Amino acid sequence: MSEANRELSYAEAIREALAIALETDERVVLMGEDIGLYGGAFQVTGDLVERFGEARVIDTPISELGGAGLAVGAALTGMRPVYEFQFSDFSMLAMEQIVNQAAKIRYMLGGAVNVPVVFRMPTGSGLGGAAQHSQSIEAWFAHVPGLKVVEPSTPHDVKGMLLSAIADPDPVILFEHKLLYKMKGPVPEGDYRVALDKAALRREGRDLTIVATGIMTHRALEAASILAEEGVEAEIVDLRCLRPFDGEAIVASVKKTTRLLAVYEGVKTLGLGAEVSALVAESEAFDYLDAPILRLGGAEAPIPYSPVLEKAAVPQVEDIVAAARSLAQGRA
Amino acid sequence: MPDRASAAHAHVAHRPPVYLRLSSSDALDALRRMHRIRRFEEAAEDSYVRGLSYGTMHLSIGQEATAVGICMPLTDADAITSTHRGHGHCIAKGADVKPMFAEFLGKETGYCKGRGGSMHIADPARGNLGANGIVGGGLPIAVGAAFSAKRRGEGAVAVAFFGDGANNEGAFHESLNLASIWRLPAIFVCENNQYAMSTAIARSTAVRDVVDRASAYAMPGVIVDGNNFADVAEASFVAVERARAGDGPTLIEAKTYRTRGHSRSDRNRYRTREEIESWKQRDPIAAFENEIVALGLASREEIAAVDAEVRAEMAAAIEFAMESPTPDPAEVTRDVYSPRED
Repeated sequence: MSEANRELSYAEAIREALAIALETDERVVLMGEDIGLYGGAFQVTGDLVERFGEARVIDTPISELGGAGLAVGAALTGMRPVYEFQFSDFSMLAMEQIVNQAAKIRYMLGGAVNVPVVFRMPTGSGLGGAAQHSQSIEAWFAHVPGLKVVEPSTPHDVKGMLLSAIADPDPVILFEHKLLYKMKGPVPEGDYRVALDKAALRREGRDLTIVATGIMTHRALEAASILAEEGVEAEIVDLRCLRPFDGEAIVASVKKTTRLLAVYEGVKTLGLGAEVSALVAESEAFDYLDAPILRLGGAEAPIPYSPVLEKAAVPQVEDIVAAARSLAQGRA
Repeated sequence: MPDRASAAHAHVAHRPPVYLRLSSSDALDALRRMHRIRRFEEAAEDSYVRGLSYGTMHLSIGQEATAVGICMPLTDADAITSTHRGHGHCIAKGADVKPMFAEFLGKETGYCKGRGGSMHIADPARGNLGANGIVGGGLPIAVGAAFSAKRRGEGAVAVAFFGDGANNEGAFHESLNLASIWRLPAIFVCENNQYAMSTAIARSTAVRDVVDRASAYAMPGVIVDGNNFADVAEASFVAVERARAGDGPTLIEAKTYRTRGHSRSDRNRYRTREEIESWKQRDPIAAFENEIVALGLASREEIAAVDAEVRAEMAAAIEFAMESPTPDPAEVTRDVYSPRED
């Protein structure tokens, strides 16, 4: 296989990014629960401890608050820590250090310091983890000035965005949807960077814009193939970056398609879709709209266990197809 | 001053061991910092009463010996994390009172450019990573600084100051455990001023002394008289030497007292006037002055000179702060993120 079309899984792409960072920057250390010999709960760090040793790939006790603060303090004093939360749900134990400390220290100190820490967060439902191992809480963090929040959807992007995040002078939270870990895709060799503030146009279309992120980008693309057979051409904008938020890409697409559907796994109310909708409503794209904006988000419930319920709790391909169809047919 | 020293020595029954480490000029420098803290906080209180300052403030009057004693063995390469009651730590670590007072008044010339105020006062160039508005917030950060210090391998340490209220936060327990399992060069300093806001330690804490918790994390725990400079400083030297040698963390509990209220909202309903008065009789600055005079390390004239010097310094700092510009409202989002490097 030539270098140009070499394929890696999403998890392998993350591991490759971590290995490059460990090789090229001695300030980089990985911290987290069971990321050493165990290889991480999702086998993302894998064999890195064997390659780089326990001084660089550090198993932390189950102490999320202490561990996150350790990473913040180390970042403040010259290190480049990458802290893995086993599940994004567990970051709630560390909210104090992430939101009160990491996000605000630079500002509170008048710009005298910076906090180059990366928090990796396996996120989302679809593996039967139930209510405390399946949440999508990206929007919570995206509400906090001082944090950068990204959610890459492809192996290519996750490697490039993680390398950008580690090199970034400010705290970055990287959401990794657990269903993506085994997904394969082309990944260039070596060090390359993907910007932490730009959305990606995944599919061009004339009839409606679907703004999605993470796993929902793939469901939207699948939905778009089905819609195409019916003659509906959906344009897919993969948001990728939640803070900062790439509004320009959305506005440009909506001006072209005149219809907007926001798809996200987090709970629908007061979530990502609200920001996408409000952005368009406040922009020049508003006058181009030919139909009300639609949001497709997670159910107003915790993520349930039973697979039937779990599927029902977050947007699926058929939900996106149905919503897009009604929007494109001028339901209004 | 051999004559004066030997004469004074006769009157002191016990010469605290820390004075084997300190010169006369070290003692005067420590005194200068204690005076600076006291004068700074009196000025802060005064400016609040006169309506010149904004927000809230937490005064450490009565606790100066702890801040200064702990910082005696530290250099600018050593880090500290501080608390909401952090003016003393900042000055003890070597801060300049001009940008400190400017910060207190929310001015652009302040240490934090007016973005932090009293509760986030910091001086990273001298290793003060900042005061903190969250009880226990600085402990894990100090552990991170100790982690970095250990990796650098240059013998630096990190000190976490916290109050008795923080010892029931999870962050305290997680931090002590992390520092212990990795033998990090961390010193945990509990300034036990008896009350977490209004809650007496006996009402909040299952153990009698905070140091009782050190054994749970397999580290030494040392109680010191927080109003006694020599006692505090000696414990700090021992803990810092242990940390620099790679032998791991120490928990120091300094028993002390804040003679002012918790903050401006305090009506002192949880303690008696007699109790406050009895602690005022144990003023750490007066005690230190008497001790160094008795030991022949300083004369009353030298102490008076320090007092005058610090008062002048503080007057200049207030003037500097008052005359400094306020931040530009158009720059409210400046420094949320680092500047782009491209």
